[in-house]
Amino acid sequence: MKPITVLVSVDSNSVLLGAREFYKQLVELVKEYNFDSIVDVLETGTLGNYNGVTIAIMPDDVYYSVKTKDEVYKIFEEHILKGRKVPELEISKQKIITYKPEKLPEEYKIVTRNIGKINPKSIEEYIANDGYFALAKALKMTPEEIINEIKESGLRGRGGAGFPTGLKWEFTFKTSSDQKYIVCNADEGEPGTYKDRLIMEGDPHSVIEAMIIAGYAVGATKGYIYIRGEYFGSVENLRKAIKDAYEYGFLGENILNSNFNFDLSIRLGAGAYICGEETALLESIEGNAGRPRLKPPYPPQSGLFGKPTVINNVETLANVPPIILNGAKWFKSIGTENSPGTKVFCFAGNLSSRGIVELPMGVTVRELLALAEGASGTSNLKMVQTGGIAGTFINEEKFDTPLDYDSFANNGVSLGSGVILGVNDTHCVVDIALNVMEFFRHESCGKCTPCREGTKNAVNILEKMKRLEATKEDLDYLIEISNLAKDTALCGLGQSFPVPLLSLINNFKEEFLEHIEKQYCRANLCKKVEKKKVKSKFKL
Amino acid sequence: MLECCEKHAELYNELEKYIKSLEGKKGILINVLHKAQELFGWLPQEVQEYVAEKLNISPSTVHGVVTFYNFFSTKPKGKNQIKICLGTACYVKGADRVMERFLSELGVEEGEVTEDGNFSVHGVRCLGACSMAPVVLVGEKDFFGKVTPDMVPTIIKKYKEEGK
Ligand SMILES: Cc1cc2nc3c(=O)[nH]c(=O)nc-3n(C[C@H](O)[C@H](O)[C@H](O)COP(=O)(O)O)c2cc1C
Ligand code: SF4
Ligand code: FES
Repeated sequence: MKPITVLVSVDSNSVLLGAREFYKQLVELVKEYNFDSIVDVLETGTLGNYNGVTIAIMPDDVYYSVKTKDEVYKIFEEHILKGRKVPELEISKQKIITYKPEKLPEEYKIVTRNIGKINPKSIEEYIANDGYFALAKALKMTPEEIINEIKESGLRGRGGAGFPTGLKWEFTFKTSSDQKYIVCNADEGEPGTYKDRLIMEGDPHSVIEAMIIAGYAVGATKGYIYIRGEYFGSVENLRKAIKDAYEYGFLGENILNSNFNFDLSIRLGAGAYICGEETALLESIEGNAGRPRLKPPYPPQSGLFGKPTVINNVETLANVPPIILNGAKWFKSIGTENSPGTKVFCFAGNLSSRGIVELPMGVTVRELLALAEGASGTSNLKMVQTGGIAGTFINEEKFDTPLDYDSFANNGVSLGSGVILGVNDTHCVVDIALNVMEFFRHESCGKCTPCREGTKNAVNILEKMKRLEATKEDLDYLIEISNLAKDTALCGLGQSFPVPLLSLINNFKEEFLEHIEKQYCRANLCKKVEKKKVKSKFKL
Repeated sequence: MLECCEKHAELYNELEKYIKSLEGKKGILINVLHKAQELFGWLPQEVQEYVAEKLNISPSTVHGVVTFYNFFSTKPKGKNQIKICLGTACYVKGADRVMERFLSELGVEEGEVTEDGNFSVHGVRCLGACSMAPVVLVGEKDFFGKVTPDMVPTIIKKYKEEGK
């Protein structure tokens, strides 16, 4: 053995960071200085540092993390020639993680795998954490193989509807056209939901990588990310990430020498909740007022500018790279049979802990509430809204329902966008119903009557109820309006405002009746008002 | 009214440059309106007509899009727009009381501009920061979380002083 051994980590991460060149450079330097008999340069596996290429010098037991050839030269010149350490490049041994789990730990971080771990503004750090490996792997597969993998995985859309992603891709793949598009729905606007924002701010590249893979799979060469204009932080990180991805050749022409081209740009939303509905979103990208289109045709047949289009939610997309890397079988082993994988939940409202958690599908509301450490302050939890503004309000009777995409059909508890909104007993169900319906009235695009008039009438009735003037007939009419909209409204907004409203009425009927029959409000929020109108909340 | 002043000529110039930079791209109306509002602060009739002319579309199309989206304003807003989230998560944490306090402190109605032109107060939908509910956004980037009515005067003071 020679007196000095230099180890260069050349695991797949390090190679992407230039490890092979650094290794070659060191071998040449050793030759150049005639150090052959003294210094051995060897390749080694991962040394657990993902921020740069690790170079270890033995027997000194000193570790360096390098990113450029200049830094390599500096180490050679200082440490090997002169025997002096280079403190600014040195990393402590403790920092080197020697163990990288093969399997995911119980937390099941798939979508949030990089959040808080990497610098979202650094493409290098994303790459160092297996970033763009799925793209490289996908580009060696055929489009059919990719689509099959996604289909097999059972991944369903996380935007709320739970439509199988693989099928959506397959429909788009099978429609022939000179141009196809991939659109990322980042218009997150559900009160209580902020997961997509955190994903985009914390790990923008995972969304970009997934869109390129989707593009290759269905034959689309253009992508748009439609994002809320108000999400400044996300827009900033995404812009930077797109620019970097172009520079690294993950976007643009002939991506990774595959002959595949893909361009990506950002479109800003302008503050209309309805633009989250996929066809309204397409109208908005085209520069029009965002009113939903009649379906069919569905976007995979005729979407953006009339061309076949895949529209996926941010969280859905963030699942794609890990599925490509680890396989459908792995993904299917997590979650429930009909809804594999995880879900990112957002805690909001009167709960002690507020933030996001990622858990396997099938977790119960009670378990989630335990994680959120129950109600905040001294008040008790009265009810929980699951799934977002269009989701169900439930009371304790339903807290043991396992949440997945079937729990609404089976148990009347929505999964939706994954919001867990706690409401404590200082609140009144009528008042909450009014808040929810004012939102829908304001956001109804006005295109169809059951929704436009239904939301307006519902607000009127609830205001009347809040003034303790409503009759039993009013309540019946409220139910009738809801059922009508459910069956006849044109799009998901009109079809779904009845969900929170009816769940409130069904699960808390007694309280509604108290307002009507006894002119009584438990929370003491609803009062008789002399002619003064209950003010409308949204007047932008 | 707007043509007369030099400042506006400059803004129009900048808007035109932006429109040129997007030449050949499809569906750019909303991007252009975003830019126009960023420059002018709101979208007066003249600006809407200017955009219509430059993009070769009818003024009524532009007007239809402007009025559809909450983000675009056809009325001037205060120098500091105070946006109070009234989404459900913020509502159950008392956003309505925060709103009332802002209105009474500033002596305006929702959507109105204060006499000195410094502030306007707006109720908005979920700002995606629900974990910090109730949330107030001043301008485009200044977030205040877990706001109580008692914090309102301090927030207002901060911007009054900055304005000086
Ligand atoms: C009124 C309304 C609002 C919606 N808002 C969103 C949204 O903000 N984000 C989202 O991803 N999907 C939203 N959706 C669902 C989309 O229409 C569509 O189903 C989804 O983007 C498909 O992506 P996925 O299959 O990946 O879930 C909304 C639907 C409706 C009816
Ligand atoms: S259901 Fe409502 S939002 Fe949807 S198209 Fe009809 S009016 Fe518009
Ligand atoms: S409900 Fe206010 S930020 Fe989400």
